[in-house]
Amino acid sequence: MPIQIKMPALSPTMEEGTLAKWLVKVGDKVSSGDIMAEIETDKATMEFEAVDEGVVVAIDVAEGTEGVKVGTVIATIAGEDDDEAVPAAAAAPAAAPAPAPVAAPVAAAPAAVPAPVVAAPAAPAGDRIVASPLAKRIAGEKGIDLSTVAGSGPHGRIIKADLDAAPAAAVAAPAVAAPVAAPAPAAAPAPAAAPAPFSTDIPHEAVKLSSMRKTIARRLTEAKATVPHYYLTVDISLDKLLKLRAELNSALAGEGVKLSVNDLLIKALGKALMLAPDANVSFAGDNLIRYSRADIAVAVSIPGGLITPIVTGADVKSISTIQKDMADLAARAKAGKLAPHEYQGGTASLSNLGMFGIKQFEAVINPPQGMIMAIGAGEKRPYVIDDALGIATVMSATGSFDHRAIDGAEGAQLMQAFKTLIEAPLALVA
Amino acid sequence: MADQYDLIVLGSGPGGYVAAIRAAQLGLKVGIVERELLGGICLNWGCIPTKALLRSAEVFNQMKHAAAYGLAADNIRADIDAVVKRSRGVAKQLNQGVTHLMRKNKITVHMGNGVLKGGGQIEVTGDKGTETISAKHVIVATGARARDLPFAKADGDRIWTYRHAMVPPAMPSKLLVIGSGAIGIEFASFYNDMGADVTVVEMMDRIVPVEDADVSAFLEKSLTKQGIKILTGAGVESITTSAAGVKAKIKGKDGSSAEHDFSHVIVAVGIVPNTENIGLEALGVATERGIIAIDGYGRTNVPGVWAIGDVTPGPWLAHKASHEGVIAAEAIAQALGNAEVHPHPMDRLNIPGCTYCHPQVASVGLTEAKAKEAGHTVKVGNFPFIGNGKAIALGEAEGFIKTVFDAETGELLGAHMIGAEVTELIQGYVVGKTLETTEAELMHTVFAHPTLSEMMHESVLAAYGRALHI
Repeated sequence: MPIQIKMPALSPTMEEGTLAKWLVKVGDKVSSGDIMAEIETDKATMEFEAVDEGVVVAIDVAEGTEGVKVGTVIATIAGEDDDEAVPAAAAAPAAAPAPAPVAAPVAAAPAAVPAPVVAAPAAPAGDRIVASPLAKRIAGEKGIDLSTVAGSGPHGRIIKADLDAAPAAAVAAPAVAAPVAAPAPAAAPAPAAAPAPFSTDIPHEAVKLSSMRKTIARRLTEAKATVPHYYLTVDISLDKLLKLRAELNSALAGEGVKLSVNDLLIKALGKALMLAPDANVSFAGDNLIRYSRADIAVAVSIPGGLITPIVTGADVKSISTIQKDMADLAARAKAGKLAPHEYQGGTASLSNLGMFGIKQFEAVINPPQGMIMAIGAGEKRPYVIDDALGIATVMSATGSFDHRAIDGAEGAQLMQAFKTLIEAPLALVA
Repeated sequence: MADQYDLIVLGSGPGGYVAAIRAAQLGLKVGIVERELLGGICLNWGCIPTKALLRSAEVFNQMKHAAAYGLAADNIRADIDAVVKRSRGVAKQLNQGVTHLMRKNKITVHMGNGVLKGGGQIEVTGDKGTETISAKHVIVATGARARDLPFAKADGDRIWTYRHAMVPPAMPSKLLVIGSGAIGIEFASFYNDMGADVTVVEMMDRIVPVEDADVSAFLEKSLTKQGIKILTGAGVESITTSAAGVKAKIKGKDGSSAEHDFSHVIVAVGIVPNTENIGLEALGVATERGIIAIDGYGRTNVPGVWAIGDVTPGPWLAHKASHEGVIAAEAIAQALGNAEVHPHPMDRLNIPGCTYCHPQVASVGLTEAKAKEAGHTVKVGNFPFIGNGKAIALGEAEGFIKTVFDAETGELLGAHMIGAEVTELIQGYVVGKTLETTEAELMHTVFAHPTLSEMMHESVLAAYGRALHI
C-alpha cells in the first residue's frame, strides 16, 4: 500500500514550512531514518527523516515551495510489495512551479500513517501521551504538541475539549498554555503582513521576510501588546567577577576551556532565579506555573534574525558545562540546525548587548517566560566602595518582568540576588 | 443539630435511585423520599412496562407473519387484558428489585411527599404523618408528567395520557395519537399491531422530529405501509367527547379543518417537570419555565441543592437521568472531601435516544442537518438492511444505518438508525463517540459475522466510499 508522506509539524508553533530541499528523488529506495528532505520552519532548517520503508513513487511538492501547510501530502512512497513501485521517473512534478499545496485534510485511507512526526520534541522521553483518537488527529492537523496539553479526561487522557482550550500553534513551552489575551482579539496574529502594499519614492529594495522574521514579528508584537511589562535596573560592580573569571580561565587553560563573562552571567541568573523563585514563573491563564529549575534562554544573533537557545538547568550546571553548552548551541543556531526543544521553552531569558557598548536597555519578554535580563556594557565608572569614591567596572542590568505573574517586590528580589551573586561571585562556583 | 444524612434524594425514579446507590457506594449516608412507587415512572409507568407491551405486539406481529418463516399459526388473536397483565407483572418485579437495592445499599426510604424547607431540612408528609429530615445536600429528582392540552384534558376514559394507555380500560377501535415523539409513536405502533385503526397528528412537518430527516421519512413510509394514518403539519383544534366516542377537529397541512370520529385519544405532546410545591420557590432555586437550571454536574444556583433528570433541561430520558445521578452523587462526595472521585460533566451529544416502534429507531449525536448548521463539513455514510445477510435471514430487511462524520477531523458526529434491533446496536457508536473515535478506529474494528452490527461497519466505510457489500 502506498504511504503518503505529509508535511510534518516539526515544532509546536509550526503551521507551515518551506520545503527547502529534496534529498531523495522518485525511484529512490528509502528506509527508516534516511533523510528525505530539508524543511525550513519558522525558526530553523530541519532534516526530515523517513519513518517508513519503501520506494519513492511521487514527489508531490516541489523543492523550494513556500508555505506548505502541515499535513499536506508532500511525497508518496510504496512498500516493497507494491506493484506500482518504481514508476517512470518522469512522473515527478519536480519542476512544476509551486503546485499550490492545498491543505486538504487528507482524511483518506485510514491505513495512511498519521503524519510521520519527528518525535514530539517537548515530550519527556519515555512518557506515553494518552490522548483520544480524535484529539491526536486534531493535534496532528493543527500542529499542537500534545505534550504541552493537560488532559481533563479519565486518567488525564487528553480529549478534544482540551485542545479547544489550547489555541493551535500558540503553545511555546512545555506544560504552559500560551498567554492568550482573550479580550484582545484585535491583537492581529500576523502583524508582519501589512494590509496595504507599502509604497515609497525613496530608492529601496524589498526583501521578502523569512519565516523566522515573520515569527519574530508576530511573537514580539504579541508579547509587547499582551504582556504588561515593567522594568527594574541595577548597577553591578563587575570587578570581582572579572577577577574570578581570570582565575578560572588560567586554571582551566590546560583543558582548553575559556569562560566568557556571559557564561558567568548565565550561571548567575540561573542561581538568582532559584534564590528568588517568585520570579521563576510563567503566567498561564488560570494558572501560575512555578518552575523548580532555571532554564536560561540566551539571545543569539544569527543571519536573518535571532534565536534563543536554552541552557537547561543553569542553576545547577557548572560554569564550564554552561560554556560548552553555549558554544555548541550557538554554533548550531548559526547553522540553523537547532531542534525545536533547544530553543523553545525556557524559564527566563538573557540578552547581552554589552559588546556593542550599549550602556543600558530594556528587552521584550519572550512568552511564556516571566522575565528577561538585559545586560549593558561593563565600563569603568566612579563607584562608591567602602564609603570612598573609587573606580570600578560597572554594568547596568535591566530586568523586564511580566506583571501578571511577578510583582515589583518579587522582581526586585531577583535583581538584588543577581547583583549580590555577581558582586560576591564565589557562590557561583560553590 | 447534626444532619441525619449526607444526602437526601427527592424522588426515586431512574435518576434518583441511581444517584442514591452511587452516593451510598461512596460511603455517604443517604435517604430517599418517594411519594408513590420506588423506581418512579420509568419502572412503573414508562420505559419498562411499555417495552413489555411492545414485546407482546412484536410477538403477535411475528405470529401474523408465521407463514413467511414456513410456520403455521392459525386463529391467532390478542388478549389485551392478558398483555397488560404481563406488563404490570414486569413492572412489579422491577419495583421489588429497587426495594431490594435500597436495602442492600443501606439507603433509608421515606415514603411521602417531600418539601424542601431550606438549610437542608425536608418535610416529608406520608400516610403516617409528617416528619422532618435533614441532610448536607439534596438532589431534586422529582421527574415530570405528561403535558396536557387545554382543550383535551385527559380523563382516563376517552382521553388518555401514556399512563392510561398502558392500562387501557378497553381496546380502542379507532385511536387518535396527538404528538409523534417517542411516546406517541410507540403507542401508535403498539395499538396498530394490536389491531386498532390509528391516526397520528404531528404539528411539525415530519414525525419523530428530533431524529434525522432521513429516519423520519423512512419511518413515515413504513408506518403508513402498516396502516397507520399520519398527518404532519397538522394540529388538533378541538376535542369533544360523548358516550359514543370522540370528535376531533383537525386542521390539515392545507389549512382546512375537518371533523373526525375516534374511539379514544392519546395525548403525547411532551412533558411538564414536577417542580411545583416542593419548596423550590422559597429557596430561590432558579428555574426557567419550570425547568431547573443546572451546571454540568447538576448544581443549582442554591448551594447544597442539586437537580437531575426530567426536572432539568432535556433530553428527557431515563438513562440521561441515571447518568446525571451518578455525576451529581460523585460531585457531592467530592464536595464532602472525597478526593478519589473524578466526576465528569455531562456531554449531551453522547446521549443515545431510542424509540421502540416497529421498525425501531435509535440515534446519537448530531443529525446531518444539525451538523451542517453547526458549521461542519460532513461525510455521510448510509447502509441499508437489505445489504446485510443476517437481516435477510431474520426476515428484517427493512431499515438503514446512517453515520455523519466531520470531513476534516474524522470525528463521529452522529449516527442514525432505523430497523430491527437498532436500539441494541446504537450503543456501539455511543461507546465509540464517548471515546472520541474517528472513522479510522471504527474501520479498524472487527465486526462479528453474521450480525446486524456489520452494517455499522459498512455505514462508516460508506461515508468514505469504501462500503464492501453494496
